[in-house]
Amino acid sequence: MDISYAPAEGLLTFTWALIALPALGAAILLLAGRRADKWGHWLGTGTIAAAFALALGLFGSLAGLDDKSAKLDLFTIISVGDLKIDASLLFDPLSAVFCLLITGVGFLIHVYAIGYMSHDAGRRKFFAYFNLFAAAMLVLVLGGNYFMTFIGWEGVGVASYLLIAFWQLKPAAATAGKKAFLANRVADVGFLLAMFTMLGTLGTVDFAGVFNGAESLSTGTSLAIGLLLLAAACGKSGQWPFQTWLPDAMEGPTPVSALIHAATMVTAGVYLIARSNVIFSLNADVQTAVVVVGALTLLFGSIVGCAKDDIKRVLAWSTVSQIGYMFLAVGLGGGAFALGIIHLLAHGFFKAGLFLGSGSVMHAMNDQTDIRRFGSLWRKMPWTYATFAAGWLAIIGLFPFSGFFTKDPIIAAAFAREGWQGWVVGGAALLGAALTAFYMTRLFVLTFHGPKRWTEDVHPHESPAIMTGPLVLLGIGSLAAGGLMASPVTEWLTPVFGEHEEAHGHLTHMQVTIATTAVVVLGAVLAWLLFRRGTDEVPRAAAWPVRVARADLGGEAVNRGVFERPSRLAASASVAMDGRVVDGLVNGLSAAIGGTSRRLLALQTGFVRSYALSILSGAVIVVAALMVVVIQ
Amino acid sequence: MNEAPALQIDWGGLAPMIIVFVAAFLGLLVEAVVPKGKRLVVQVSLAVAALAGSFAAVAVLLNDDTNTTAFSIEGVRLGSVVLDGPGLFLQGTIAVLSVIAILLLAERRTVKGGDFVAEAAVVADSAADKAQSREPGATEIFPLTLFAVGGMMMFVTAGDLLTMFVALEMLSLPLYLLCGLAKRRRLISQEAALKYFLLGAFASAFYVYGMAMLYGFAGTVDLAGINQAGISSDEPRMLLYIGVAMIAVAMLFKAAAVPFHMWTPDVYTGAPTPVTALMAGCVKVAAFGGLLRVFNVGLSSSAWDWHLILTVIAVATMIGGAIFAVTQRNIKRLLAYSSIANAGYLLVGVIALGDAVGSTMFYLAAYGFTVIAAFAVVSLVRDGDEEATHLARWAGLGKKSPGTAVVFTILMLALAGLPFTSGFSAKFSLFAAALQADELGLVIVGVVSSAILAFPYLRVVVLLWLNEPAPDAPTVNLPSPMAGTVVAAGVAATLILGFAPGFLLDIVDQASTFLGT
Repeated sequence: MDISYAPAEGLLTFTWALIALPALGAAILLLAGRRADKWGHWLGTGTIAAAFALALGLFGSLAGLDDKSAKLDLFTIISVGDLKIDASLLFDPLSAVFCLLITGVGFLIHVYAIGYMSHDAGRRKFFAYFNLFAAAMLVLVLGGNYFMTFIGWEGVGVASYLLIAFWQLKPAAATAGKKAFLANRVADVGFLLAMFTMLGTLGTVDFAGVFNGAESLSTGTSLAIGLLLLAAACGKSGQWPFQTWLPDAMEGPTPVSALIHAATMVTAGVYLIARSNVIFSLNADVQTAVVVVGALTLLFGSIVGCAKDDIKRVLAWSTVSQIGYMFLAVGLGGGAFALGIIHLLAHGFFKAGLFLGSGSVMHAMNDQTDIRRFGSLWRKMPWTYATFAAGWLAIIGLFPFSGFFTKDPIIAAAFAREGWQGWVVGGAALLGAALTAFYMTRLFVLTFHGPKRWTEDVHPHESPAIMTGPLVLLGIGSLAAGGLMASPVTEWLTPVFGEHEEAHGHLTHMQVTIATTAVVVLGAVLAWLLFRRGTDEVPRAAAWPVRVARADLGGEAVNRGVFERPSRLAASASVAMDGRVVDGLVNGLSAAIGGTSRRLLALQTGFVRSYALSILSGAVIVVAALMVVVIQ
Repeated sequence: MNEAPALQIDWGGLAPMIIVFVAAFLGLLVEAVVPKGKRLVVQVSLAVAALAGSFAAVAVLLNDDTNTTAFSIEGVRLGSVVLDGPGLFLQGTIAVLSVIAILLLAERRTVKGGDFVAEAAVVADSAADKAQSREPGATEIFPLTLFAVGGMMMFVTAGDLLTMFVALEMLSLPLYLLCGLAKRRRLISQEAALKYFLLGAFASAFYVYGMAMLYGFAGTVDLAGINQAGISSDEPRMLLYIGVAMIAVAMLFKAAAVPFHMWTPDVYTGAPTPVTALMAGCVKVAAFGGLLRVFNVGLSSSAWDWHLILTVIAVATMIGGAIFAVTQRNIKRLLAYSSIANAGYLLVGVIALGDAVGSTMFYLAAYGFTVIAAFAVVSLVRDGDEEATHLARWAGLGKKSPGTAVVFTILMLALAGLPFTSGFSAKFSLFAAALQADELGLVIVGVVSSAILAFPYLRVVVLLWLNEPAPDAPTVNLPSPMAGTVVAAGVAATLILGFAPGFLLDIVDQASTFLGT
């Protein structure tokens, strides 16, 4: 296979402006200071709108090209010896759909945030970070080599850290920001090592160079690169075993959750795998690893989602689970790559809509997030209700709404995998669909129907038009996007992924469709029957499966038991200084390192004699080691 | 009787060093003849002018592509002072970094009289000591610094072991003194100076012993000659191995590699902060300049013999420095351990030999700017007259002094190696070069180590921004024109080398070939 990208011409030479517009917005907002408080949010929204218009124009020009790609070399970043890395941008069908998603959905969320953040003193700063995030995300998807992608990758990490911790006074938000940042750092190590491996074996990080050279790699090397990229993708996208940071990130403002932790940033992992499809297709073991991660995460997320009572956390776990579907799709390879991307686009619409809807509900309920204290809101907030219903229908995937066209084919493709794996993976995906229907219906019913269970001082009201407007547009997108996009987008992505072949396997597509529809209806009806009369206002003692699920399926407990508790004994001083109980794998690991550190530091006695002894023993070791080499 | 052959001296090539040494001697004269009140201005202008002149001379030489030795007899080059690309580039780096460090030494506004004691001979904590506590500090520190800087410049251009030894002592002795001159917490400062001196003398003994062994093996102290002997000499190779080991120990001591690092945290903490900045920035450049030259020019023919042990030391240094740094509560100790870890990354560049010389030099320059600026910020955050070095005292600094906190955040992110800072471009080009030399294992350890090391840096950032300040939180004493300039220069370099490292990478690429390899 020979992959080459044509140089950019005409309007496409302005691809850089896509990034420059929001970056400029962020710079102006940060530099102008308080002076920009009055008009800052309009500027921030305006730059995204302009970027969206430009993205549409670029999309049109790209559609007119024969080879469907445009590469733009801006300048040389690094040139050491034989190594040369350019700041290059690549606009091809894959980055084009991502650009449209980021700027299009991003624009709607910006508009919504104008209303949502109107009472917040830091609104200007918020829009600055928001623009910064959009710019970084566009760098990520437009980068013409892994290095540029990495710069965007780091950029979105920093921007999301800033945005999660935006409410700095909330300690939970600060901790969550830290956790997200650390999880992302671990992912970055995977990405960096993958890049270094490419440099070491192929001498380049250019997409074209890597993909063309990939076939010459040994199996071990392509396995290593694939697994490292997978680790990077898992960290960024909140996939098992890095899933814990994503729900915690919900401490940030709701538009952030919608933009970063539902529609765009968390899908970066899917983008990375789809972009590297050549590498992943080479090695069946890597593909299996992706499939396992996807199947495991989609089940994990949907089970935990059933037991949560916080509206944003249910949606967060649902995001974890839906991205699991995307991982599953891109792991299956071949024609399923495009299915993953289509589900990602549809998910971008309906999950953004659901999150913004939940923000609207929180707005009405004095920032409460506990669905046990909602109920009967449909009379009070008809617009929110209608748009949320659209998102709900789309995510559970009933005909003829979005999910039906994007999720069903993934389940069918999973069943088409050869041998027993097909049954296991397909079964997991089918079970996930039933669970999704259950927990989303539960969420929907408890929030909008049933008896009122409000706390005393709340007076629900519909949100202003500036918030409901985007909701309506996203609602329409949720309902229709899947059906409209499914086949044209598959065709559009053909230059990137190759021809789409219909999956043939254990079950026909029709059988899968019938089975899926049946379990979805079953899950939804069950939830309706269980929760239409409301629920207890406080959690009551539950059977062990519910307790385990409430505790994130033991993920946190494992983290605490294995990593935190032993090391906390050693690192109690560190915890005392930190003042907060830290949880999560990353923090636990660092505490373990802290314990080692403290033990080793006992050597630092302060006595010159022991320092001299250290030097002397070092010298003896050096001499001895040289002798050993010589004797050999 | 035959006439002795005439020694030809390239005065132009020696100019960078001569200017610094002459200025140092003039500085001693200034102490004798200029009235006390005016000495500071005269000394600082003299030192800055000399270093600027020295830098200009280096720039001219580098621009002319000078590639020669300073001394020769009838056309035959003598190796004592080698004016080649790496030597000159590192001389220039040392000149620029020491100008910045000198400005920090000269800061007298942050706290009345500055950080240096007026009469170092007065017994610490005696009545006389208390009496002199508000007096301005001694100005002898400037000529002392110039001597040390001259020694560093000589160290990176020395082409034989003997000249290198003279340079090593010349840069070390003034530093021992400078470490003991703090005005506050004098006993700790004096303890640091004594420790540094004792251990430094110990390391020098290793150096001399190693030099004797290598002379026995090669019959010369010239680095190129030693390399030649590594291929052709008939002497027992045992001499070579012991010699290499001993020289390496002495130089790794100056570079602060594990297990020769133990002096670093104590000395960095005890010494006056401006001196610590000088050590962390400039001495690091000199030490690694020397290591690069010894291993590239003198020992590349025996690379197979020392490769394993140096790899072990590099791994221990990278991992050790990062792990030690994780639990530090004192900002100066944190930076000390981080400088140890950074020594490990630089050792990767030394082990990779020829391919990585350019990127190692880039790393040295980039790291020097960042670390000096970081220490400058440390010197600004004060509890009353004393520096607030305990990290808990830095909590919530972002609320009280957002400007300082922003600057320090940038520096921490650079040390953590985030993109768009010099830390990232330096690490990236260094590791990429090491990969070209097939050092994949070391690169993996390096990336893992920097991931661990990012944690303590990040904790400082979190502390600055997300914690509430204590009611009696330390103050940031502004305006401090000198220290402010230092911080501004350091941060500017950190960002410029992060956004557009290309121009400096081009320069180091041009200047990365040692004469005699």
